[in-house]
Amino acid sequence: MEKYRVSHRNKGGIAGVIRLKDVEKEYENGTHALRGISLTIEDGEFVFLVGPSGSGKSTIIKLLTGEIIPTSGRVIVNGFSMTKISDRQIPLLRRSIGVIFQDFRLIEKKTVYENLSFAMRAVGASPRTIRGRIPYALKLVGLEEKANQYPHELSGGEQQRVAIARALVNNPNTIIADEPTGNLDPARSLEIMRLLGRINELGTTVVVVTHERGLVNRFHKRVVLLEDGLITGDGLSYDAK
Amino acid sequence: MKHDFSYFMREGVSNLFSHGFMSFAAIGITVACLLIMGTFSLVAYNAEKLLQTLESEYEILAFVEDENDTAQTKSIGAQIEALDNVKSVEFITREEAMAAFEERTLDEYMRANITSDMFRDRYAVFVEDLNLVNQTANDVRSIVGEKNVRVDEDIAGGFILVRNVAGAVSLALIAILLVVSVFIISNTIRLTTFDRRDEIAIMKMVGATNWFIRWPFVYEGFLLGLLSAIIAFGMQWLVYALVAKGIASADTLQFLHVVPFKSIWKPVAAIFGTAGMVVGVGGSLTAIRKFLQV
Repeated sequence: MEKYRVSHRNKGGIAGVIRLKDVEKEYENGTHALRGISLTIEDGEFVFLVGPSGSGKSTIIKLLTGEIIPTSGRVIVNGFSMTKISDRQIPLLRRSIGVIFQDFRLIEKKTVYENLSFAMRAVGASPRTIRGRIPYALKLVGLEEKANQYPHELSGGEQQRVAIARALVNNPNTIIADEPTGNLDPARSLEIMRLLGRINELGTTVVVVTHERGLVNRFHKRVVLLEDGLITGDGLSYDAK
Repeated sequence: MKHDFSYFMREGVSNLFSHGFMSFAAIGITVACLLIMGTFSLVAYNAEKLLQTLESEYEILAFVEDENDTAQTKSIGAQIEALDNVKSVEFITREEAMAAFEERTLDEYMRANITSDMFRDRYAVFVEDLNLVNQTANDVRSIVGEKNVRVDEDIAGGFILVRNVAGAVSLALIAILLVVSVFIISNTIRLTTFDRRDEIAIMKMVGATNWFIRWPFVYEGFLLGLLSAIIAFGMQWLVYALVAKGIASADTLQFLHVVPFKSIWKPVAAIFGTAGMVVGVGGSLTAIRKFLQV
């Protein structure tokens, strides 16, 4: 199978596709979400970001997607410095990242094909590119037969696979999945994780935020444990310290 | 990034139909606002026209002394006509003056035993600008003498006051209604935008630029405004024609001359079209601003 990504070298000259250095984040309401964490995720890595509610996982996702900026410290994502990034550069950053959400966030009024073409249109892809790319993305997630169906006609697992195809369709350097199995049964959750693993094997960096200990421990991938805004573990299982 | 405007246009049209009820509501409110503004503007325009007619009939009377011969009388007329602010001069003989008096005086007692000797030849002097009537009257006095000029300065002042007040009130009301319209349209479109906040969030998340997101909304607002303007224009024409017909057939309102719609439809259409599109596009841009902060 074709390697499903393009080379996107780090423009900042800092090793690793994602790098957080002494990052703190305090919200306006006084919540101290991150308390000086440092983390490097290398190009092509698969990393689970785990921890209880309120540990700072969502804050990291928001920092990586440019929704918020850190109170102090440095965040580099695919060569973009998140402390210096301009409003005009944020769309470019987001094109280098594919984001997958727990609630799929598909547009109910559009078919599977239209949901994907909508995402490609949004970044200025030509109709010809769209026609060529979408069947490939759907084949990758095993939904080539469902192109003309609407999200409500699909199972939860299938909807999440559509969301993965949408995240992949613009050929991002990194996939960030925020609790991608939160709404799925164990069998479908395993299926989605295997799919993400396969995408990673094809060369895309994958960061998965989850709190499902059993699922994480089945994959023997790097696990970063967050607790109360601090990194308290970094190893090959949920329980590693 | 190169934009595909045909795509934006298709999306705009598609959004218009896919959010049918909200589009209907936005069009309904825009039509109502345009109709209110249009009706008030047309009433103000007709009032202005009526005042202009009354102004054009306003005259300074310059009486000619009986001892003047024809050549002297003509010379006086030429001197008055040469004055600044004089639009035209009309010579009225004493016989014509008597006939006019009899025509407007219905009371038999007042008309009894009136002869033309009681009247004098006079010039009716029409002015360009009513604001300068006092100066013009003084200039005429210097030609025909102080006692030979009759000018009703209070009436002139009254005309000016009515015109200024009507102009200011209509301008203020139109401005207020325009702001109210933009506010209402903006809120209505904000509701349709709220319905699509997930789509916008997804577009932002995959890396769409703000203008890529805005363009379909701009087209949608443009189309909403244009459709509203066309509907409002048709309704305005109908209402105007009915009112004009009613005034023309009412005996007590004969002094009112309503400007025919056929003679003003082009500027009215242009104003409706422009106002509709400005309100539609302005409303869309205002409404979407909040949802782009993702």
